[in-house]
Amino acid sequence: MGSGERAEFKNPVIGWIDERLPLFTLMQKEYGVFPTPRNFNYFWNFGAIAMFMLVAMIVSGIVLAMHYTADTELAFDSVERIMRDVNSGWLIRYIHMNGASFFFVAVYIHIFRGMYYGSYKKPRELLWILGVLIFLLMMATAFIGYVLPWGQMSLWGATVITNLFSAIPWVGDSIVTLLWGGFSVDNPTLTRFFALHYLLPFVIFAVVFLHVWALHITGSNNPLGIEPKGPQDTLPFHPYYTMKDSFGLVLFVILYALFIFYAPDSLGHPDNYIPADPLVTPPHIVPEWYFLPFYAILRAITFNMNIYFLAGIAGLFTLLVEFVWREKPKMIAAPYALPILVASLFLAALGFIGDQYPTLGIPFTAAEDALVSAKLGGVLAMFGAIVLLLVLPWLDTHPIRSARFRPLFKWSFLLLFVVFVFLGYIGSQPADAAFGPVPLSLLGLLCTGYYYGFFLVILPFLSRFEKGRNLPKSIHEAVLGKGA
Amino acid sequence: MNRAVFSILAIFALFAVVTMPQAVQASEGTVHPAQQSWHFDGFAGTYDRGALQRGYKIYREVCSACHSMKRVHFRNLEALGYDESQIKTIASGYNVIDGPNDEGDMYERPARPSDAFPSPFPNKNAAKFANGGAAPPDLSLITKARHDGPNYVFGLLTGYEEPPHGETLNDGQHWNKYFPGHKLAMAPPLSDDQVAYEDGMPQTVEQYARDVVQFLTWAADPYMEERKRTGLKTLIFLLVLAGVMYAVKRRIWADQH
Repeated sequence: MGSGERAEFKNPVIGWIDERLPLFTLMQKEYGVFPTPRNFNYFWNFGAIAMFMLVAMIVSGIVLAMHYTADTELAFDSVERIMRDVNSGWLIRYIHMNGASFFFVAVYIHIFRGMYYGSYKKPRELLWILGVLIFLLMMATAFIGYVLPWGQMSLWGATVITNLFSAIPWVGDSIVTLLWGGFSVDNPTLTRFFALHYLLPFVIFAVVFLHVWALHITGSNNPLGIEPKGPQDTLPFHPYYTMKDSFGLVLFVILYALFIFYAPDSLGHPDNYIPADPLVTPPHIVPEWYFLPFYAILRAITFNMNIYFLAGIAGLFTLLVEFVWREKPKMIAAPYALPILVASLFLAALGFIGDQYPTLGIPFTAAEDALVSAKLGGVLAMFGAIVLLLVLPWLDTHPIRSARFRPLFKWSFLLLFVVFVFLGYIGSQPADAAFGPVPLSLLGLLCTGYYYGFFLVILPFLSRFEKGRNLPKSIHEAVLGKGA
Repeated sequence: MNRAVFSILAIFALFAVVTMPQAVQASEGTVHPAQQSWHFDGFAGTYDRGALQRGYKIYREVCSACHSMKRVHFRNLEALGYDESQIKTIASGYNVIDGPNDEGDMYERPARPSDAFPSPFPNKNAAKFANGGAAPPDLSLITKARHDGPNYVFGLLTGYEEPPHGETLNDGQHWNKYFPGHKLAMAPPLSDDQVAYEDGMPQTVEQYARDVVQFLTWAADPYMEERKRTGLKTLIFLLVLAGVMYAVKRRIWADQH
């Protein structure tokens, strides 16, 4: 950018600047005349909305940082000071507190849209991966930020989540000590979390820049999932989409304002209005709502994985790779498929039963012989759920992008959406809760199974076997043909 | 309606449904308190100044014997409808420790409006020691720090009863319908005619509880009225802005449909 064609500007000052630093040319090219598919629906507003939320969070956060004190003795008081004695402090804090939730609302819808319309597919894989990285960074930032007010849920949430890292073999304990800056969540933890909470948003900003840059190389996807073929398929970004984005943003901000002004504490946990006390554990530790589905996946793994179980899983995985993932299965493997399947299921069941009923005394199934403990299994499942998003472009290789033309993909994806929301509900409940006669932990495991099954089995399977509907010839024809 | 718009609205509705159970969830041994109707409820709800003043009287004469309220300052009492000289008088009824003075000694002086409410115990250990091992919580944020705070505190103050058959209480325990686990160290704090009201309101436990809950809610959320007023102005502005935006958007897009 920069050395190419320059636009002509009538205003001599703008022209003078632009000759030396072509900022205005850049803006005009990327946000003025930038060719954008003409058929966006309102789902395409959420990128701009997420951008707005990021800026709102950074601005309100910097003001809060001017009044906040990162010290375990003072943090809670300094936040209350902001709420009571800083001019409009309550407003700034409620903007920031609820802003975290609404940033996630925008980003979740943005991700949902990207998946439904196949926006991650070639040539937009890197654009998608950068997006997943932003999501990961947001999760880290939000988690760390929730610790700063130093309420009960701050302290105990931090304790539970940082403890997860101790499940990593060999280096886990050192990582936890490093995160804590000591041997429990304490003052050094709070001060480093504050430093990181101030740093990470700017890292997010940098990755957002790359994300937008990548977007402007490939251009946007659209609800039909077919590339624009010429000027008749696109509109200049300004004024068409600047205007549509602004309108959508105002609607979003109305919802956001309803929470800020009329239900500012409804998305948080009341325990965080109790100052942190290392001697009192809250009866029910829950993360913020936007982490609940992943928290449920973490808690879904309640069994140790011993050598039988893992051998069974390895066998099933081999079958998956050989018969579902591979374009053309080697037919030589076919006769072994059924025996491998039976043996794998038997081994997995044996391992599972041995773990659940230690009194049976099956060799190598005792808890201390487990290769992957339940805790590590949960941590792997949780992080794996996000890693799957990173490799999504290679799991779903179907040539049709938009779910509109792939009914099987559409319904299995919408089911994933329902499962994900239900996982959120499971995550919000106590670990020993039940849904009628069915324990929630079992439902959590089933839902986790569907989540993984969707990515590892259904998507590769559909990539090969779903026929899909006929695609329209062009955006122009599809949109103006039906008079929309 | 456009399908995308419909889906987005559906997602927001779902969001509301999913976040709801968090707001009402409760742990084992908890009875949901009955929903009272409060003067501060709703989009236009405000604090009832009379109730706040009566509630402050209850706090001063009853609760403050054990419970601190260290985030509230005498100057904040202006919101209850007291004027500056009244506040000065109220504050000067308390002594606070200040210092060190020029000679390096701590000294006692009458409280000023800029002082926080003095705490009944010098520190947490003293509070614990005087109360059978359980320090009475600070009340500055109590209605925010409990699920469904105002209804819970009201339930707690009026929820003392005989333990059900088969339940035994240790010394210093009291059965409360709404306390998680039911066995509460705090003795029933309120009784009829305990505090004299000057405005003719009934001097009953229920009225006392109603008034003190309103005072505590104000203490936890002193900017609620300003928040709701600002919210109304903001929403009116945003709704008008959305209307204008929509009209402009329709105009700009008119040649593309």
